[in-house]
Amino acid sequence: MSVLIRGGRVIDETGERDADVLVRDGVIAEVGPGLDAAGATVLDADGAVVAPGLVDIQVHFREPGREDAETLETGARAAALGGFTAVVAMPNTTPPLDDAKVVGSVLEHGRRTACLVTVAGCITRGREGRELAPLGELYDLGVRIFTDDGDCVADANVMRRALEYSSALPGAVIAQHAEDPAMVAGGHMHEGEWSARLGIPGRPAAAEVTIVARDLELARITGGRYHVLHMSTAGATALVRAAKAEGVRVTAEASPQHFTLTDAECASFDPVFKMNPPLRSDADVEAIVAGLVDGTIDAIATDHAPHTPATKELPFEEAPPGMLGVETALAVSITRLSDPGTLTLADVLARLSWQPARIAGLDALGHGLPVAVGNPANLCVIDPAETWVVEADRSASKSRNTPWAGWKLTGRVRHTVLRGQPVVINREAHA
Amino acid sequence: MKHLLSVEDLDRDRIVELLDGSEYMSDVLGREIPKVPALRGKTIVSLFYEDSTRTRLSFETAAKRLGADTMTFTAGSSSVKKGESLLDTVKTIESMGIDAMVVRHSAAGAPHRVARWIDASVINAGDGRHEHPTQALLDAFTLRRRRGDVTGARIGIVGDVRNSRVARSGIQCWSRLGAQVTLIGPPTLMPERVDGWPVEVTSDLDDILSELDVVYVLRVQQERIGRALLPSLREYYARWGLSVDRAERLKPDALVMHPGPMIRGSEIATEVVDGPRSLVRDQVANGVAVRMAVLWDLIGSGGMA
Repeated sequence: MSVLIRGGRVIDETGERDADVLVRDGVIAEVGPGLDAAGATVLDADGAVVAPGLVDIQVHFREPGREDAETLETGARAAALGGFTAVVAMPNTTPPLDDAKVVGSVLEHGRRTACLVTVAGCITRGREGRELAPLGELYDLGVRIFTDDGDCVADANVMRRALEYSSALPGAVIAQHAEDPAMVAGGHMHEGEWSARLGIPGRPAAAEVTIVARDLELARITGGRYHVLHMSTAGATALVRAAKAEGVRVTAEASPQHFTLTDAECASFDPVFKMNPPLRSDADVEAIVAGLVDGTIDAIATDHAPHTPATKELPFEEAPPGMLGVETALAVSITRLSDPGTLTLADVLARLSWQPARIAGLDALGHGLPVAVGNPANLCVIDPAETWVVEADRSASKSRNTPWAGWKLTGRVRHTVLRGQPVVINREAHA
Repeated sequence: MKHLLSVEDLDRDRIVELLDGSEYMSDVLGREIPKVPALRGKTIVSLFYEDSTRTRLSFETAAKRLGADTMTFTAGSSSVKKGESLLDTVKTIESMGIDAMVVRHSAAGAPHRVARWIDASVINAGDGRHEHPTQALLDAFTLRRRRGDVTGARIGIVGDVRNSRVARSGIQCWSRLGAQVTLIGPPTLMPERVDGWPVEVTSDLDDILSELDVVYVLRVQQERIGRALLPSLREYYARWGLSVDRAERLKPDALVMHPGPMIRGSEIATEVVDGPRSLVRDQVANGVAVRMAVLWDLIGSGGMA
């Protein structure tokens, strides 16, 4: 089968040029102007940008355990509609992904969905923060990111040993949900002016800053690779910036909500704005943007966290944390970062595609690579100036908990191609 | 106004209007037959997800004095125990045909959520640590009756302000009526931030004692000790308790208030509660009149006499 993506402007890590892209048997066969191929499926890219498929290194697809909220299939379809060709599903499922059997079956399923779903493995057995999970066995199955996400590895010694042990596994990275559990116990939103006014117990920024400070020191002494998941505070951003300058092996990601929304949203008491780490202050939001601009923050990751209406339609303090994100991440990033000129579109794509792909080792599986002959055809085609209004009920996710409902966003995915197959054509899923 | 969810939604004129209405209801309560049929045919439901004696009884008495039909729903004895969600419970009750729902819940904003789900009027009877607007109104009403005017009064709120919905509503109500509010207590029990709040904050009760017109004492709970907020209730009482000795150092006409329930000896001395400065009993009595005024204002069908 061949696919011709015609009339677009290619943007990848190597630069920009106007070019058609011909895909044959899952691989990019030709890149250049005025291509033609008899019998090829033609995807119109006129006025659009052709880029490597997006890569989301933090999603929750709830399988196994909460298939009522999301499945690999529905999550992957939503991700494909958002331009993603590969995602990393977090291991806080039921049972958790701390065992080769469970991981193997999820990986197997995730190779057959509208977007490649790989997984992160647990750092500790049962995500209990005490004994190491079988990092090597999971690594051998292809797992590269290890995290107890949802929970912080609070024990400094366990964290030290995880960083130490994983340094024997090339490309493996220990990813931390950096919130000191003792400091955030009972908290439901950012601790600050708004939590004080609303009487909602807070989760202080210091809970993130102190863990990141500690972990950076552990990464320094062990030489292990460390990644900060959904970094949300000015303080942690400053620490990561300094550590990078000193050569510590650290990367960081931020979510669209953390560089766009603030804790003021919680005044609505609508739990759709509840997540961990919480939406922070204006100053934190500005610091996260600055971190994305200067490269302190390497990746944009959604933390796509579906919850059924029944579990989310509760009082704020009783509702579970988490927001949808895969269908809106690119558009929020364009609207917030490249449309106002803070970053170029190529910079935004770097943080949504090839940089996260490298953190997760997904470049080795053909994601985030340059649009060049011989590379696997994992691509997305974007209308960067198209505006649209987010409607929660039109989401391909099983859940509806998007904080962006009603937002007018700029930038929309037109087509997505996975291993040479068009999985999204003209904004419609075909897989 | 359809709902009473937060004092934050009320401006000064609106507060004064409700206090004036409470004055009228207080007169009604002084009559030989303390009832008016103003809400005959209306149905008011009390939905209490948290234990409460005085607030629930006060609302129910207020509703009955106005001739309304009342239903009570408490979480401990109902379908909640069987796992029904707040949304489903509220929708079920609404379909029985109701005019107002009085909601008490341990989570901040629960009444605000309920107000989005149903057509009836919603009254916040205390939501988590957030607000308790009728308590603030009855406190203001009580002080206004005693002093004639709240404007210019120096009010010290002493104790666990951080975890107090009474304080959050009170601060806004007092300051909108022109009083000056000072929060007093250990830093661990003060709000984390007071940016933009119309208050001063101090941890030195003895220093400010002689300047206060009203000492508003909050309850301090034993459970704060387990969370490293206080070393002991004894130490708390020594520094921030309203003891007989401290009460003697107040201005001659200074008054003492407490929203209840009280723990005598833990935050306030028995002699002070029962002494001449205390407005504690007036607060409880006035609660009925104020809640009558609120119910009438929200679901009554005409001007108040």
